[in-house]
Amino acid sequence: MNTRSNVMPESPRDSQGIAPAVLSATRPMYWSLRRELWENRSIFIAPLAAAGLILLGFMIYMIHLPAKVRAAALDPLQQHELIEQPYELAALLIMATTLIVAVFYCLDALYGERRDRSILFWKSLPVSDATTVLSKAIIPVVILPLVTFAITIALRLIMLLLSSAVLLGSGLSIATVWPRLGFFTTTLGLLYHLVGMHGLGYAPIYGWLLLVSAWARRAPFLWATLPLLAIGIVEKIAFNTAHFATMLGSLIGGDDSGSKATGMSAVLMPHGQFLTSADLWIGLAVTAVFLTAAVRLRHYREPI
Amino acid sequence: MACIEARGLRKAFGKTIALDGLDLRVEEGRILGLIGPNGAGKTTALNAILGLTPYQGELRVLGRDPWTERDQLMRDACFISDVAVLPRWIKVSQALDYVVGVHPRFERAKAESFLAKTNIRLASKVRELSKGMVVQLHLALVMAIDARLLVLDEPTLGLDILYRKQFYDSLLNDYYDRSRTIIVATHQVDEIQNVLTDVMFINRGRIVFNCSMEDFESRYLEVMVNPEQVAAARALRPMHERQALGRSILLFDSVNRQQLAPLGDVRTPSIADLFVAVLGNQAGEPQGASL
Repeated sequence: MNTRSNVMPESPRDSQGIAPAVLSATRPMYWSLRRELWENRSIFIAPLAAAGLILLGFMIYMIHLPAKVRAAALDPLQQHELIEQPYELAALLIMATTLIVAVFYCLDALYGERRDRSILFWKSLPVSDATTVLSKAIIPVVILPLVTFAITIALRLIMLLLSSAVLLGSGLSIATVWPRLGFFTTTLGLLYHLVGMHGLGYAPIYGWLLLVSAWARRAPFLWATLPLLAIGIVEKIAFNTAHFATMLGSLIGGDDSGSKATGMSAVLMPHGQFLTSADLWIGLAVTAVFLTAAVRLRHYREPI
Repeated sequence: MACIEARGLRKAFGKTIALDGLDLRVEEGRILGLIGPNGAGKTTALNAILGLTPYQGELRVLGRDPWTERDQLMRDACFISDVAVLPRWIKVSQALDYVVGVHPRFERAKAESFLAKTNIRLASKVRELSKGMVVQLHLALVMAIDARLLVLDEPTLGLDILYRKQFYDSLLNDYYDRSRTIIVATHQVDEIQNVLTDVMFINRGRIVFNCSMEDFESRYLEVMVNPEQVAAARALRPMHERQALGRSILLFDSVNRQQLAPLGDVRTPSIADLFVAVLGNQAGEPQGASL
């Protein structure tokens, strides 16, 4: 027997009774987020791998760049395209990568823990279902856009230095490269686009995927996609309209009623009214409903 | 105050009734063995106590409603439900970090000193550990939590006898301190017989037998009756009779030891034997008891 057995049974408890109150409410959230990052290393690895491949491609592109720039010396539009295109492409590829990561992350977030029964361990700890679900929503809505942003900016910086070195090395001026890129305005635009569009704008999608993930007993991907397809098909046959598909399209593609200008700035700069638009707030309300339902489901659901 | 108090607990899965008005009271500081055949409602009852499943009826655990207050309850209660539910991707050190982070009553040093006695390295991932080591890790995490209630549902299923023995030895020597309450549900009853202070049998969603181990030892006696005295022994109205090695073994409830001694070898029955006797005496079809 240990020493405790000699003590009055209640006395050691009372002195520790204060501890739970001291533990701030943010601690479980902080550790839940870290837990997600430990488990889902693809959050970092996938965009980093994409960045590595892009860099490889860019290096090969660099071999021919000086010659092309010389050939296009007199045509500013062509020069602009030569220099700017890889940067746009790099940003889009990394975005696409993290979007795919986000989708599969959400689908597995509340399904995987039931499938491998680890939910029985997580539920044996004083972390509420709301904290858990919220932490799993914060990953695609906040963390992934920020990771995308950081990696994209780092990649662009490396590309910029690399291309400057190559151009200087072959006796060309870099004065044409730097101002054209508008590095800092596109940086802010990118941040706004990622956090606004990919984070908050897509939040209803992530909420829906998390809800399905909490609900499905198997094949969460099919449950997440086929019902949407079914609604679209039924609507098309019954009313010969496509409002549902249009709604989904505008949610994913953003409101494309604005200018059709090409290039980085048009893609990345959201419309000024984005944060005040009704669509965004309706979307966030829908997200809240989905997440509340997911919390309730996690409360009820048992291991599969 | 009772640690657990349940009255008229009901739970059905479709047409299957898992809990059929279960009444239960567990005082603090007990080590209770909850024994029952498969499908008797053991796990459902424990899940209700732990806030993992909704139920009808009244249930208070450490003064709380487990279904609505699971996260607060888990500051004072802890459980190992089933073997190997630790996430396979987690590193041992991460598991420690995480529990330190979210649990106000977790003492990291205690868990580490327990792990130091095993072959588990902090850098290992759970998927690299053997089944027995995963259970050791889980036990290390749980024992370092200063909880008032610990629930173990088949914590050693599928482990070899060395791990099983070690598990209960650690629990008893390093953890139990008479102020904590421990509930163990297992099929390997005989191994924990000397660990328990109380035993309950559950069958068809109800508690059908409830006894402290002191009462158990004074009330129930088993006699391997000499062949020529079987009739005399049967006259004392045994609660159960079985055959082993060509001899009759009779189980008696509240019959004086002096009265039984001349009839054959008298001993305290195992919980498993009493379980078979109690459930065998219940009306209805034979039980699929898998002890």
